[in-house]
Amino acid sequence: MTTAGLRRGLLRGRRPLPRRYVPVLVTTGLLIAMFAAGGVRYENFATGQIVLNVFVDNAYLLVVAIGMTFVILTGGIDLSVGSVIALSTMVSATLISDGWAPLPVIGLVLLMGALLGLGMGAIIQYFEIQPFIVTLAGMFLARGLCYVINTESVKITDPLIVALGETHVPLGPELWVSPSVIIALVVLLAAIYVLQYTRFGRGVYAVGGSEQSALLMGLPVARTKMAVYTISGFCSALGGVLFAFYTLSGWSLHALGTELDAIAAVVIGGTLLTGGYGYLFGTVLGVLVLGLIQTILNFEGTLSAWWTKIVIGLLLFAFILLQRLIGARGGQAPPTPS
Amino acid sequence: MAAPEPILRMRGIGKQFPGVRALDGVDFRLLPGEVHALMGENGAGKSTLIKVLTGVYEIDAGQIELAGRPVAFSSPLAAQQAGISTVYQEVNLCTNLTVAENIFAGREPRRMGRILWREMRRRAAELLARLEIDVDVTAPLSSCSLAVQQMVAIARAVDIDARVLILDEPTSSLDAGEVAQLFRVMRRLKDQGIAILFVSHFLDQVYEIADRMTVLRNGRLVGEYRTAELPQVELVAKMIGRELAELKALEDRPPEPDGAPLIEARELSRTGAIQPFSLTIHRGEVLGLAGLLGSGRTELARLLFGADHATSGTLRVDGKETALRTPRAAMGHGIAFCSENRRAEGLVPGLTVRENLLLALQATRGWARPLPRARQEELVEKYINALNIRPADPEQLVRNLSGGNQQKVLLARWLILEPRLLILDEPTRGIDVGAKTEIQRLVAELSGGGMAVLFVSAELEEVLRLSHRVGVLRDRRLVAELENGEQLTTDRLMETIASGAAS
Ligand SMILES: Nc1ncnc2c1ncn2[C@@H]1O[C@H](COP(=O)(O)OP(=O)(O)OP(=O)(O)O)[C@@H](O)[C@H]1O
Ligand SMILES: [Mg+2]
Repeated sequence: MTTAGLRRGLLRGRRPLPRRYVPVLVTTGLLIAMFAAGGVRYENFATGQIVLNVFVDNAYLLVVAIGMTFVILTGGIDLSVGSVIALSTMVSATLISDGWAPLPVIGLVLLMGALLGLGMGAIIQYFEIQPFIVTLAGMFLARGLCYVINTESVKITDPLIVALGETHVPLGPELWVSPSVIIALVVLLAAIYVLQYTRFGRGVYAVGGSEQSALLMGLPVARTKMAVYTISGFCSALGGVLFAFYTLSGWSLHALGTELDAIAAVVIGGTLLTGGYGYLFGTVLGVLVLGLIQTILNFEGTLSAWWTKIVIGLLLFAFILLQRLIGARGGQAPPTPS
Repeated sequence: MAAPEPILRMRGIGKQFPGVRALDGVDFRLLPGEVHALMGENGAGKSTLIKVLTGVYEIDAGQIELAGRPVAFSSPLAAQQAGISTVYQEVNLCTNLTVAENIFAGREPRRMGRILWREMRRRAAELLARLEIDVDVTAPLSSCSLAVQQMVAIARAVDIDARVLILDEPTSSLDAGEVAQLFRVMRRLKDQGIAILFVSHFLDQVYEIADRMTVLRNGRLVGEYRTAELPQVELVAKMIGRELAELKALEDRPPEPDGAPLIEARELSRTGAIQPFSLTIHRGEVLGLAGLLGSGRTELARLLFGADHATSGTLRVDGKETALRTPRAAMGHGIAFCSENRRAEGLVPGLTVRENLLLALQATRGWARPLPRARQEELVEKYINALNIRPADPEQLVRNLSGGNQQKVLLARWLILEPRLLILDEPTRGIDVGAKTEIQRLVAELSGGGMAVLFVSAELEEVLRLSHRVGVLRDRRLVAELENGEQLTTDRLMETIASGAAS
């Protein structure tokens, strides 16, 4: 082989396609395949509104999964999100039915979620307790608080909230989304900006890559870690508000197990559970995959809802295996020139 | 030099770890515009002094003054903000981020809070070009070699606008060219009045760059000296507390091997890693491998160990053709490989020295046949003494050992196996002068007992002192095999490496 030929060979061999994009690409492929399969199998499936409905039904999940992505990118986990959603719906519904104006209530709920997250983050950081344990405690605490407020479901009849829940924002002929979708997309864009274009966002990746190194590099590790839990708390509260728009009620049993859906969406979206690798775009895809599974099962009609869980479980296995394979090859010592 | 006011002054510094007094009443000062070497054996307390200074650990006793004002940093970030930029001993970067990001993490160029990626990449590329490192700044750091990672850490540190620059063994994975490049940068910074603290076990490097040095021994201050006024022999004596007479003893050439061929490679190659080569290693022979960074030394070694698959060629062990598909297969043939990357491969930091030492031995025996406790203790004691591992406590966690002592544990783990072929990839990196001779002696002794050794090292003196034959690599090709006789000198070896021809 000539030197030039060898060179080219080496160059080509070196970076075919950055490995970190592979999981996102796989999820994209999966999504397209699912949509195509649905379109072939069912009439009236391959329409724009089906896709938009997935967004409408899962806007709250998207927001929660965005917060979860921040946490998982640092190598942490937040199990409290489902309970915080329920608590937010409960607090909102109760206060509004007590005659509070809706906007201050929403502000208050968001603040409450952020503070809850901050509290858990501070405990994780300063008492050096596993995030799993701390947020598990947070999960019980928030769920318990719901029952303290009210054991029954509370209806929301405030006209503003009802309008936010029921308005159809037209996008074209026969196409619409809810205001919640727009809120979720705004949050998404803001979050992408923060992760890609701010020091804080890059610090999140650095902490996930190696906390010890990040510390020695002089990055504000403590602040970053507390901030991601604060963000996750805020996103859960906002998710709760969107959930209240969607269901027009507050209830202690809302969003049971949503923390697991959010984690599944993030993992299916290609974010590594050990931290350091992943993209918000992947999380969007992950949420869409989960939503589309649900839609397909609805079209099928006869299958029980448990099939959703089974399919999600299998997908999770597949994706964790995939990451393992990629990770195993990526973790191999690079051709260390001696 | 009219003694200017020190920029940094540490007085009576004490640091106690459980069971170890790492620092005891150490005084240290650093003047602006000087390169100051911190010297001492493995475990003397050099890295600990740096870590208490920069807020990684708290101090138990003593004061620190920066530019005349007392300081106590709560974190590396605080130290960095006060103008102290540090490269710690183990490369501490995030391998999931790109090269450019590692250089600029925490101080990315921004406009109104928005990171200017293009600007960042451009500046990173410029910075690395000035250090003459050819690497794609958008590549993830995990795809870079150890040497490049070390250069990236250095680039990051020197780019931070600092009054004090601390480099803890920055040159351990670098080759001569890169070291020269680093020294050029250090001289320039020094001329700008920056104070530089430098740690290295390469005495030649220290004498080349340092103006003054402070010597530590067992956590205590021995003294502060001007480099020009302290000859090397005296420095070594101060570091180890006795004369290093043993160095001479090894100068006699190792006895000639008479063994049969143990391993024979014919036209073995791996695309992109190493061109076809043929090589025979005999029983009791020490074969040195010399060549620059990236010349393919490690790649060649990995092929012989089955860590990578060959794309062509054959391999014979004991005259029988064998395909070593996995390291396990190689170990079955009595081949052991001590890797250069002790952090990523090798040690289990959370286990004790004894457990780490016996890990490989136990694995080859199979878990069903545990080693008798008495035999364990005997072996462990033998190697702790032979390599002078300190603290000499078999129950100490490896995580708590100094960098050099960890390296010794890794080495001892393979030596304990008494393999038939031992591949050593940069075994003496980061190891102090005293221990280095011990290791060299041990290698000579083992080969005298019939073990074959493949010895990869960037230090040519070391290669020449130990080897019977020297293979020279260049551009991923084995270009020469030289008998190590009277006529072979480091200069001739250098020439061969540079010209790529066996003259
Ligand atoms: N975290 C720790 N816990 C317990 N002991 C420690 C810890 N860190 C260092 N030590 C001990 O403190 C002593 C000094 O270690 P230090 O790392 O400062 O040595 P060093 O001079 O840098 O050596 P080297 O040249 O090998 O890097 C050693 O005996 C080491 O075992
Ligand atoms: Mg050290």
